[in-house]
Amino acid sequence: MHPVLKLVVQRVALGLLLLLAVSAVIFLGVEALPGDTAQAILGQSATPVALENLREKMGLNEPALTRYFHWLGGVLTGDLGTSLTNGTDIAQAIGQRLGNTLFLASCAAVISVPLALVLGIIAARYAGRWPDKVISGLTLATISLPEFVAAYFVIYLLTQVFPIFQPVAMVFPGMGFWSKLHAVALPVIVLVLVVLAHMMRMTRAAILNVMQSAYIETAELKGLRPIQIIWRHAFPNAIAPIVSVVVLNLAYLVVGVVVVEVVFGYNALGQYLVDHVTKRDLPVVQAVGLVFAGVYIGLNILADVIAIVANPRLRHPK
Amino acid sequence: MAEDLLLDIRGLVIEATSYPPGEPPKEVTLVHGVDVQLQRGRVLGLIGESGAGKSTIGLSAMAYGRGGVRLTGGTIRLNGREIRTAGPAELRKLRGREVTYVSQSAAASFNPAKRLMDQVIETTLSHGLMGRAEAEVRAVGLFRKLGLPGPETFGQRFPHQVSGGQLQRAMTAMALCPKPDLVIFDEPTTALDVTTQIDVLAAIKEAIRDTHVAALYITHDLAVVAQVADEIMVLRHGRRVELGETEQIIHAPREAYTRALVSVRSLEHVEKAPAPPVLKIEGVTARYRGTGFDVLKNVSVDLPAGQTLAVVGESGSGKSTLARAITGLLPPSKGRITFAGRTLSADLSGRTKDDLREIQMIYQMADTAMNPRQTVGTIVGRPLELYFGMKGAERDRRVQDLLDQIEMGKGFAQRYPAELSGGQKQRVCIARALAADPKLIICDEVTSALDPLVADGILKLLLNLQAEAHVAYLFITHDLATVRAIADKIAVMYKGEVRRYGQKSDVLAPPYDDYTDLLLSSVPEMEVGWLEQVIAHRKMESAGN
Repeated sequence: MHPVLKLVVQRVALGLLLLLAVSAVIFLGVEALPGDTAQAILGQSATPVALENLREKMGLNEPALTRYFHWLGGVLTGDLGTSLTNGTDIAQAIGQRLGNTLFLASCAAVISVPLALVLGIIAARYAGRWPDKVISGLTLATISLPEFVAAYFVIYLLTQVFPIFQPVAMVFPGMGFWSKLHAVALPVIVLVLVVLAHMMRMTRAAILNVMQSAYIETAELKGLRPIQIIWRHAFPNAIAPIVSVVVLNLAYLVVGVVVVEVVFGYNALGQYLVDHVTKRDLPVVQAVGLVFAGVYIGLNILADVIAIVANPRLRHPK
Repeated sequence: MAEDLLLDIRGLVIEATSYPPGEPPKEVTLVHGVDVQLQRGRVLGLIGESGAGKSTIGLSAMAYGRGGVRLTGGTIRLNGREIRTAGPAELRKLRGREVTYVSQSAAASFNPAKRLMDQVIETTLSHGLMGRAEAEVRAVGLFRKLGLPGPETFGQRFPHQVSGGQLQRAMTAMALCPKPDLVIFDEPTTALDVTTQIDVLAAIKEAIRDTHVAALYITHDLAVVAQVADEIMVLRHGRRVELGETEQIIHAPREAYTRALVSVRSLEHVEKAPAPPVLKIEGVTARYRGTGFDVLKNVSVDLPAGQTLAVVGESGSGKSTLARAITGLLPPSKGRITFAGRTLSADLSGRTKDDLREIQMIYQMADTAMNPRQTVGTIVGRPLELYFGMKGAERDRRVQDLLDQIEMGKGFAQRYPAELSGGQKQRVCIARALAADPKLIICDEVTSALDPLVADGILKLLLNLQAEAHVAYLFITHDLATVRAIADKIAVMYKGEVRRYGQKSDVLAPPYDDYTDLLLSSVPEMEVGWLEQVIAHRKMESAGN
């Protein structure tokens, strides 16, 4: 087997194993919470008989291990159970909100990743000079602002001073792609501002690190332009560290943006999770936790695979 | 003949800012008003020790200052125009087109992420000299001329897929591809094994002759430069010592410093009579974990007390692995090591404190073998505390004794490694080894990173210390001149086996086995035309077979 394929298969297998372990940890964590699901459903005034009946019906009297495998079996067949608070199918509820989450994250990623790379390359090209200082200063300022401050600032600027957008990012099924895009413009701008600095600074640092190599001197002595040197000779050797930071930020865009969702009233997974945590709706918490873990692990596997493929020694063995 | 003058450097002054530890930065002058003239199609050798300014002067022909070095004075005229004060856009036009560069370490100078062909023809394309197809044809032609294997497909490989010698040739092809007027060769064969060096040297020489390119050939090895240069300039401390035709420099040097360079390595050592061994290695076989082959195969050698066994071989021959097996860092899978009459445990953890004390090591890179944050006194005093429990004034006295022994006198105990020269650092490492009062010191390429004159001093010191302290040396080296200077016995290693072993006088006397013959005949001799003789001789032999 080609060594790259072998490494990729290894990484994916490890990822699946990790996901299994995470599912157990999530289940255990929820299990360890004080309180009782049946009690939570029926309320404080429930009679012991009613509680016992419900427990029997929901299988809560089974041993934890049995319930874990039962839950796991459901997950594997796409059945995440039903919500305690409103009795809806969790898989369905998540599906729609996950779509919204991924739409928002993709829009932010499509803008922020190329922008961060370009800014990072420019900053590296003019390291220590004014373009570098301006870029580093501005991105540092945007990452230092708390998200809600950035959000209110953007809302003020783009709905009051320049009334271009709606302050609320309402999306609903059946909405056209362009109107959806228009609706999420403000949260996307805020998210781009938040994740830009980290990726840009890593790009700059990774490229400057490679610029110390002897082969960069070779390129200089070939009479190449500085930007050619960075693009052809430095950047291809700086991909691995950049990708790992890019992926961390992509994962953040999926799982960590609840504040932005709340500010803009955007109906996505983060809000859904927080809502149900406050309502102690444990099956939902469990299911969303698993989805988030899957996203994290999946993206990190992707980063590993890209780093493997970007390494010529692995791609082209002797 | 003025139009034939390609490079005309006059009164070149080069400065840099140095940052000595614990002191404010200061300006230092690296090159003090040097003149260099080079005609079209001629080869000028620049020779000197490290710090002589030879690379710095060589790179000035591209108006390039490495690592913050500034070209502050004089004129550099290339093809009739001044380049020292030229702007970046103008410099980009001449770099990689009129002047190209071949570095010491081609392995580090190629971009690991790109195919060789793309890198070799990069300047030819970026300067708009040829189309891609034409440039590739030219590159393949150069690969063939330089004797690279499979020239048609060689360019499709990545740098990590070819050997160091092949990369050095590929870099030469890269330098010649845009048909430059001048190529700067900066120690292009120094990092290679001696048997590889000779092939690369012959390939470079032939390529220079066939393309009529002019060259600056920078090296510290006079015997190497004598093979390729028409003229030689000797440099020291950024000043020109002597300039002359190659024949004159090596046979009739005018300056005392040049004479010292010519006569270096003529150190002769009379071998001692055979004696009972202090170290006996019997049938040692070893491999690294996770690899499927033996790096040492059934190695058996003896080392008499107070004598020197030189282990000679190229990189990958297993000579450093032998040192690891003796020190216990790599337990052998088979065989026995007897030291001072007792059998050593294969594994480090099974050895007594005395086993550890009596075998000491000195390494190639003295820099990395010392803690940069400890003073010389602490470094040398540590074995005294560890093995003999010495403290305070007693320890300090002994440290000073040791420093006297390595001819470094007072005041050095308080210094840090960064304040010492390369030779002084290696002396401190020797003192540290001696502090343990060992019976055996393993010297792993201890002079390889040093300038010839400094290396000579270290070898003389080691011989003196051996006479005083009756310590045995296992001397690992790839350099046969060093072997002649120090060895009593020699083991020639090749691919993990001992190919030839015995008293120095027997090993270095014919008849030779094939490998030893190849090794010995590859050592450059300070004679014009030596390279052609060896190559012609080898061609005859291979035709005869």
